[in-house]
Amino acid sequence: MALASDVNSAAAGQTVASRRRKLSRMEKSEIRWGLLFLSPWMIGFIAFYLLPMIASFGFSLFNFNPAVPEQARFIGLNNWQRALFQDSEVWLSLVRTFHFAAISLPISLAFSLFLAILLNSEHVLGKNVYRTLFYMPSMIPLVATVLIWNGVLNEQTGWINVIIERLTGIQATGTQGLRWLADPNLVYYAYTMFGLWGVGNAMIIFLAGLQGVPTELYEASQIDGAGYFRRLFSITIPLISPVIFYQLVLGVIYSLQYFLAPFVLNQGTGFPEGMTRFFMVYFYKQSFTFFNMGYGATLAWMMFVIALVLTAVLFGTARYWVYYASEER
Amino acid sequence: MIAQNTASQPRVAPRSHRNVVTKAAITGLAVFVLVLFLIPMVYGIVTSLKTDSQFSKIGAPWWPASERKVTYEGKEFDVYLVPIDGEVRELALYRPGRQSSWFVDPENMEAGPFEWEGQWRQLERAWEFDPQWSNFPKAWNAINFPVLLRNTVMYATITTFGAVLSASLVAYGFARFRIPGKNILFILMLSTVILPGAVTLIPTYFVFLQIGWVGTWLPLIVPAFFAWGTNVFLLRQFFLSIPRDLDEAAMIDGANPLRIFFSVILPMAVPALTAVALFHFFFAWNDFFGPLIYLAGRPDLNPITVGLTAFNTLYSQRTNLIQAASLISAVLPVIVFFMAQRVFMQGVVITGVEK
Repeated sequence: MALASDVNSAAAGQTVASRRRKLSRMEKSEIRWGLLFLSPWMIGFIAFYLLPMIASFGFSLFNFNPAVPEQARFIGLNNWQRALFQDSEVWLSLVRTFHFAAISLPISLAFSLFLAILLNSEHVLGKNVYRTLFYMPSMIPLVATVLIWNGVLNEQTGWINVIIERLTGIQATGTQGLRWLADPNLVYYAYTMFGLWGVGNAMIIFLAGLQGVPTELYEASQIDGAGYFRRLFSITIPLISPVIFYQLVLGVIYSLQYFLAPFVLNQGTGFPEGMTRFFMVYFYKQSFTFFNMGYGATLAWMMFVIALVLTAVLFGTARYWVYYASEER
Repeated sequence: MIAQNTASQPRVAPRSHRNVVTKAAITGLAVFVLVLFLIPMVYGIVTSLKTDSQFSKIGAPWWPASERKVTYEGKEFDVYLVPIDGEVRELALYRPGRQSSWFVDPENMEAGPFEWEGQWRQLERAWEFDPQWSNFPKAWNAINFPVLLRNTVMYATITTFGAVLSASLVAYGFARFRIPGKNILFILMLSTVILPGAVTLIPTYFVFLQIGWVGTWLPLIVPAFFAWGTNVFLLRQFFLSIPRDLDEAAMIDGANPLRIFFSVILPMAVPALTAVALFHFFFAWNDFFGPLIYLAGRPDLNPITVGLTAFNTLYSQRTNLIQAASLISAVLPVIVFFMAQRVFMQGVVITGVEK
């Protein structure tokens, strides 16, 4: 815009000036088109995110119970002070959340990438069948998934323990055995296993990424004598790194909000020994069990800030390992 | 091509031999992982076919079975596993006694009852394969499935259409246009992905309540038409990996951005679009929290997930019916996936060929 105003004063010649004006007209048109494409999101963002978020921050400054809205009381930053400095359960539940994420996230990412690479291999016969069957559990409603795994991991009658016992002879069933859902040391691995039934989405995305890798690259590297693992780590993984990045970001965010399984299995009591009282579970209890909506809004805002910081850190690292075919202008 | 073939001619025989071994090994690995992966599914199916009484009985087999009974002289008798002469036989207990009992051989009833020395209480029951297919209609009726199914299908279909259309438009805007502050907008959009739904939940709920949308599908359907960040993010990542030369060539030919979007970008992005459609469809099918809140008190509008949860609470002891209902709820997504998978595969083939 500034360029257009000093076009007239430019003595350098008509040609340069007119070229500049033309460019800026194209730029303007590009901006208009771009905003048109972005408009569905921008309207939705204002209506369903921005305004409610601001309102929600307002809630965090109040002592607010939706059952008696007329008794709402402005208490300033008291809720924030309580969450950050007084309520130890906030930090404990955050530590549990990160502990669980540190176990489940690497396992499920590695597993979904492994499945995608396996199913993309030209050596697998009948790969469509596997793809469908590996994806199938992802289609089962999560509540049902949790209930099925609850049965199969049952310490007495669950098939997992029965099979382990039959195969290895180690006593796996019963109170001395592998108490998947009752042993604080095992429960995160059990929950991770529920999650493995949801890797279908990640697997399909990885697979789409793998199939987008140009075959010429493989042919060229094969002529150069590169082995399988060399090709995997030098061609495949760098080329699908945008997809890995996407899965990593979503996985971190999803872990922060992990809620359904502990809620379905034990109503958020944290069994065993509080291990499954994750941050989201605690937030739910404060907001919808005790109806401390003001404090709940504070916790939700805190979770948002944490998620934003984590994402910013991940994006900061992206330039070192994520590869795009057409670089951003 | 020809040069390459002649170059590799001498090595053809050993390579094809090695290929067979590799194929067998990798296929074997896939089968092994698949079997492990699907054990809980088999458990669910098997459990859904069990009789009610099987859960509490000690010594019940892992497969769907009932205790075997035989009719003899118009009366029913329980069948036990009786060891006779080092061989275990299935015999019906005709007349129990303290030290010895009378049995009938179901295979040879004409022979009549005979005496067996031993304590019948020490014997184990004989089980026979008896899948309870009726558990499925039982669960279907108890949960009022037709209504839940209709609601879920409608919700999933409408929101999937809205989500794919709006997300691809917005993703194109982010991937290709120079807009001042675009990066800030993109980061804002990402923050909606990571925004815990609860932050916006309560104020949004109040607004929907004010305009009378609570108790209808509108609070669940309308937001889906405003491009969800997750879908935009995935599609934008995919659009970025499409070479820019293609849309630049179309632009030189005089196509406007909307035209480029529909005739260049979208056909290239069929795998990603199919993926997003699938993800959204199954997200909607799984969605629990939204319907729970916005359709409270309207069971006639509830989707399967909410109905299943209510069912689970009511029938918590009927493990077999819960498993049956869960499996019923998964049938339609399985079919949709089977059908959509073909489109997905086609998209992959088309982009692969035209490259």
